[in-house]
Amino acid sequence: MSERLHVATHKGVFTVDRGPSGWAVSKVDFLGDNATMLLQDPRDRTLYVALDHGHFGVKLHRSDDEGSTWTEVAVPTYPEFTEADEAKQAEAGEFGARRDFSKLGEFWELTPGGPDQPGFLWAGTIPGGLFYSADRGDSWQLVESLWHRDDRWQWFGGGKDSPGIHSVAVHPRNSSHVTVAISCGGVWVTEDGGETWNHRTSGMTADYMPPDKADEPNGQDPHRLVSCPSRPESLWVQHHCGIYRSTDAGENWQQVTEAGPSTFGFAVVTHPDDGDTAWFVPGVKDECRVPVDGRFVVTRTRDGGNTFDTLTNGLPQTHAYDVVYRHALDVDRTGNRLAMGSTTGNLWVTENGGDDWTTVSTHLPMVHCVRFGA
Amino acid sequence: MPRVVFTPNLRRHVDCPEADVAGVTVRSALDAVFAANPKLRGYVVDEHGRLRTHMVVYVDGEPVKDRDGLGDAVRTDGEIYVMQALSGG
Repeated sequence: MSERLHVATHKGVFTVDRGPSGWAVSKVDFLGDNATMLLQDPRDRTLYVALDHGHFGVKLHRSDDEGSTWTEVAVPTYPEFTEADEAKQAEAGEFGARRDFSKLGEFWELTPGGPDQPGFLWAGTIPGGLFYSADRGDSWQLVESLWHRDDRWQWFGGGKDSPGIHSVAVHPRNSSHVTVAISCGGVWVTEDGGETWNHRTSGMTADYMPPDKADEPNGQDPHRLVSCPSRPESLWVQHHCGIYRSTDAGENWQQVTEAGPSTFGFAVVTHPDDGDTAWFVPGVKDECRVPVDGRFVVTRTRDGGNTFDTLTNGLPQTHAYDVVYRHALDVDRTGNRLAMGSTTGNLWVTENGGDDWTTVSTHLPMVHCVRFGA
Repeated sequence: MPRVVFTPNLRRHVDCPEADVAGVTVRSALDAVFAANPKLRGYVVDEHGRLRTHMVVYVDGEPVKDRDGLGDAVRTDGEIYVMQALSGG
């Protein structure tokens, strides 16, 4: 089991360690800075933290010593917005400001490449960029095959002003097989390392779209996509319009219509050894993003989405308005220990798959990302 | 030579002491600073060299007009002040 948590928040990065008396904050880095994304690469234990300084832009920092010292490394850069881009944007009816499409707005995902790709990283960004680094963040390259697709102009922001890539799942036994999820832009798969891309949204429905466009692949808003490490054809998506499951690597999706109090939410994780087990943190619905009846719960399925447990032990059940963002729920390698942080600065850990939760803190800054130590 | 001064808030993230540099425009003066301090560039301008949205540059007390090209002229004894715009909160 992992004995360490890394928590990226709106006001810094917190290291949380499990000691004799339980979990406690042991260190704070980048205090006061908005940390939007965090990764500890399990292949070499390198830590990466993405910061959004607002006025001063987006930065990436790397540590080779568990956060004792940090080095600022490169960030992805976007190509200039051309007149041809403007014409395509106008044709598609996209409403984003033109400049938003030519500069890095936010790191929204950091994922290691496969075991055979040491130092290789994937980054999902806003606006709608997929980048890779072959040198641990010293330089970044845009995946142009996805960026230059004409149908990219059908992507649009969901919650954010611009579309963004928030989920990158690398097949553990085939590093060329990568699944990407975009808000809003659907689910995409490459099986040749990023040379070509295909949609994988069959079965998904977006009820916020006009009825005749509800099945459009580019109109789908997956909030988060995860795959099971030991059974990578098993995928889960927390979608804007509910929960979806695939058992064939995204070729087909089945909607889960009942899952405790609600099927709306942002976060999902799946058990590392059991693709039928997944956890969600539900909210009322898209236009009311708070827990149902002020009761903060986690929902868990162990049978592929047929039935769900609603888990409440240790979680606030009156006037709780916490939301857990898409990267703020994590599960460790055992599948027993999970952690989650909320928009109101609560941090919880469970040691038994969610049956009982322990409060680690009730007063952290807004939590963007929670990751168990590698 | 023009003097370039950076907001103290920026010093928390990157070293940026005042500098006297050669330059007849804001662009050429800032480029001279960035040449000696490459890390500073990305904190002031975006990947296309445009002034970041929530940054502002004053030349002798007046905000620059050319936020993209930074072609505003600078006198040899002028002062360029790089600071945060209130628009960013």
